[in-house]
Amino acid sequence: MLIPIIIMVVKVLVIFAGLMTCVAYMTYAERKVVAHIQVRKGPLFVGYHGLLQPIADAVKLLFKEDFTLAGCNKIIYNLAPLVTFIPALLAIAVIPVGDQITVAGETTNLMISDLNVGILFIFAVSSLGIYGLVLGGWSANSKYSLLGALRSSAQMISYEVSLGLSVIGVLLLAGTLSLNEIVKAQSGGILDWFIFRQPIGFLLFVTAAIAETNRIPFDLPEAEAELVGGYHTEYAGMKFAMFFMGEYASMITVSALAATLFLGGWSGPILPPVVWFLLKMSFFLFSYIWIRGTLPRFRYDQLMRFGWLVLFPLALLNTMVTALIAIL
Amino acid sequence: MFEVYFPLLVLVFFATAIAVIMVVLPRFLGKKEITQPKQTPYECGMIPVGDARERFPVKFFLIALVFIIFDLEVVFFYPWAIIYKHLGLFGFIEMMVFVFILLVAYLYVVKKGVLEWE
Repeated sequence: MLIPIIIMVVKVLVIFAGLMTCVAYMTYAERKVVAHIQVRKGPLFVGYHGLLQPIADAVKLLFKEDFTLAGCNKIIYNLAPLVTFIPALLAIAVIPVGDQITVAGETTNLMISDLNVGILFIFAVSSLGIYGLVLGGWSANSKYSLLGALRSSAQMISYEVSLGLSVIGVLLLAGTLSLNEIVKAQSGGILDWFIFRQPIGFLLFVTAAIAETNRIPFDLPEAEAELVGGYHTEYAGMKFAMFFMGEYASMITVSALAATLFLGGWSGPILPPVVWFLLKMSFFLFSYIWIRGTLPRFRYDQLMRFGWLVLFPLALLNTMVTALIAIL
Repeated sequence: MFEVYFPLLVLVFFATAIAVIMVVLPRFLGKKEITQPKQTPYECGMIPVGDARERFPVKFFLIALVFIIFDLEVVFFYPWAIIYKHLGLFGFIEMMVFVFILLVAYLYVVKKGVLEWE
């Protein structure tokens, strides 16, 4: 009884530590890649080619002054970063990062928890992050924060519908909600990947996911040209950073989910499964930064119209067409 | 049950612990020099006018209502998609009826201009 529990806890620790490292180095990768896209050099001095920059940033943020505004609701103001940050870290729990391994006579899946409603768990948990944005924007008693919070909540709930609909095609093909089973359903080779049977679903998922994580070109909540900074205008120091770490964590989750649902997860030849998983995930993360370095921002009315009048009907149509083909 | 939910609880514990540490630690590490200008909300450098918690456009409220309807629709899709292979043609026609009813609602929402932003 003791050994399985130890294995469980070790798995949680390893995956959690990996996620936190990914979050920290995602900030570094973003600065570096965007810098090179803009023909700059990016972080260069802390460690070899700035590799220790995330650690320096974390230490700096820890030593920043901790203050609250005069008119703000102190409890909610301090709670909002937690509400955004914690759920963003939880969603990784049901994503399989590798094949089964055997440790000390125990065979175990390389995922924190093989929940049979995996995808539902991810959507449920990632929706909770919106509360953090709304509460954080409202509590500061600043007009820019409130406007940013309204915008981001409206945007996120609008695109969540399309995000939820876009994966139903995959579920129809796989017939299960467990991500481990979905990976197994497409482990036969590259032609079994669901991206080839669900190309529209894939594009819809990626588009809605970018909007859901508030990234360029859908980063209206942070539109610094018109809203100063959006819902986190009045935050500083570590609490400000927690909103961004939550954002990066959900980017990583969504990339991992896209790799799992459409690119066959950890399955692949020659290289170990974990390496395949990380490669596929990194591909999506790099695309995030690439898109950020390339595209301008939408206008808010265009964004809402695109979400409801293009993405949503298309996702519905894709679902019904997939169902029709599945029955024939 | 245990082996599915116990690791989740452990993860919740670790995530909460690290988040709370990150919020509480700067309180002791950072310096304290609270001044009055630091405590006023940012409003382009001017002294803030009035309260921020005023009325806001009803549009956002409408979007929230529409979201609830269509997100519930999506939730109904999930169990249907899982057992679709067993349902066969019956499941397809049932879902077409369901989608048709919601499509009427969707067209009504579009016609009323809820999704138009002036």
